[in-house]
Amino acid sequence: MYVAVKGGEKAIDHAHNLLARRRRGDTRQAALSVAQIREQMKLAVDRVMTEGSVYDPELAALAVKQASGDLMEAIFLLRAYRTTLPRLAVTSPVNTGDMLVQRRISATFKDVPGGQVLGSTYDYTHRLLDFKLLAEGEAESDVAERASSEEPAAADESVARCPRVLEMLNSEGLIESAKPENEQPGDLTREPLDYPADRATRLQALARGDEGFLLALAYSTQRGYGRNHPFAGEIRQGYVAVEIVPEELGFAIDIGDIELTECEMINQFVGSKDRAPQFTRGYGLGFGQCERKAMAMALVDRSLRAAEFDEERDSPAQNEEFVLSHCDNVESNGFVSHLKLPHYVDFQSELELLRKLRKEFEEHGSNRPAAKTNAATTATEVTS
Amino acid sequence: MQEQTNRQFWMGVLARAQLESLEAHWAGLPEQPEYRKVRAPEVGLAMVQGRAGSGGQAFNLGEMTLSRCVVQLDDGTAGFGYVRGRSKRHAELAAVFDALLQNDDRYAALMSDCIQPLHAQWTADRNALSRDVAGTKVDFFTLVRGEA
Repeated sequence: MYVAVKGGEKAIDHAHNLLARRRRGDTRQAALSVAQIREQMKLAVDRVMTEGSVYDPELAALAVKQASGDLMEAIFLLRAYRTTLPRLAVTSPVNTGDMLVQRRISATFKDVPGGQVLGSTYDYTHRLLDFKLLAEGEAESDVAERASSEEPAAADESVARCPRVLEMLNSEGLIESAKPENEQPGDLTREPLDYPADRATRLQALARGDEGFLLALAYSTQRGYGRNHPFAGEIRQGYVAVEIVPEELGFAIDIGDIELTECEMINQFVGSKDRAPQFTRGYGLGFGQCERKAMAMALVDRSLRAAEFDEERDSPAQNEEFVLSHCDNVESNGFVSHLKLPHYVDFQSELELLRKLRKEFEEHGSNRPAAKTNAATTATEVTS
Repeated sequence: MQEQTNRQFWMGVLARAQLESLEAHWAGLPEQPEYRKVRAPEVGLAMVQGRAGSGGQAFNLGEMTLSRCVVQLDDGTAGFGYVRGRSKRHAELAAVFDALLQNDDRYAALMSDCIQPLHAQWTADRNALSRDVAGTKVDFFTLVRGEA
């Protein structure tokens, strides 16, 4: 329990002013513009959009700037902003098969129709600090040099439409098919989470879930806590069209394109007496470039399907309530941070209780196990 | 999938156009028609849906910003603008052009002077993006172990 306290307005005002000054930093350095953050801190912006659950690069960049680069604070800001806007539409499900591909790889087949397209990736970089970036002037010339040294791509050279890797397995019946269902999915921005949750609701929670938390859970499945033998069947990133069907028009229109990253995992097979064994799937999708997040999401999606496949459920990543109730970093942050609020009265009562118990202890000596049990019970009652 | 109608096509082109280009086309019209706003431009959200396993059960991925506007020309034609992002002006211009394009007398000229160039620009931008990454296409080859 915490109580309202009065006073401190002046100190809080000053703290806000100080925050603004510290955020700006040394004024001899040029101020960062939102456009610079949007263009040059793209991966931070993309993470804020994915976990903030609003696709708008400019707003996400603004949030990053306002939060001094604290991405969780930025995510919080974006989530707060979204509550001020009306919902005007629900889009048709995006068709990632028609993606304008910017990256597309498969770890399961080396020759895939459409090819393996590396795109811009930190994979294969040496992870050595690049001191050329420290000398700003040189960095600019380096970019120009890289651009000019590259063989110009032939005018007609481009990335072909890439068929889905998992569909190739599906056509042979080697993997469970993803059946479209017409049911409108649950929306946890409207209805609070309820357990057991269906897969659509789980995917929504995972899509906005914390990358670090999901990554750790995904890793735990690989280390044996709910192992499900994953292969990265296909990872693709690029631009897809977004379509809505406005009621007053009655037909579908495109409202623009958004950038997405998708990961389709191929997991260990299941079968039964009546069903031939088939690979199973895990799915990850997020805004912008968010490959690590999409992979982690796909692994956790699959581990949360344990009940569906009658698998033993003894690991954290398979425990739906554990994963879904703790994957949202705005909620986690809120509850951990609330410990900073005044708990003066609460703590005073703890203090009094402790003093009383110690007094009893001193009066009656130490060999009284009953008193010890009582103390534990009482303390629990007080704090809950 | 059903073939896109003309109107679906131009509405998609208008939604994807850069605001500056739309403003330029608007300023370049021989005469700017009068219109009134039936629904004032507003900014809101659209819930983006995906599909589990890319083709399965639909789920709510997250929202995106969306602007919309409905206008009416003096002759009663209504135009709709639905565009990604937070530009009310973009939604308004898209709605006005949508209304104008429904007029048979203006259609041909607007298609060739405005919609086709805007579409060509969008296509060119996409091709450039695609060409950019074409150079990163690889052929992985597997090394056979124990080969002499």
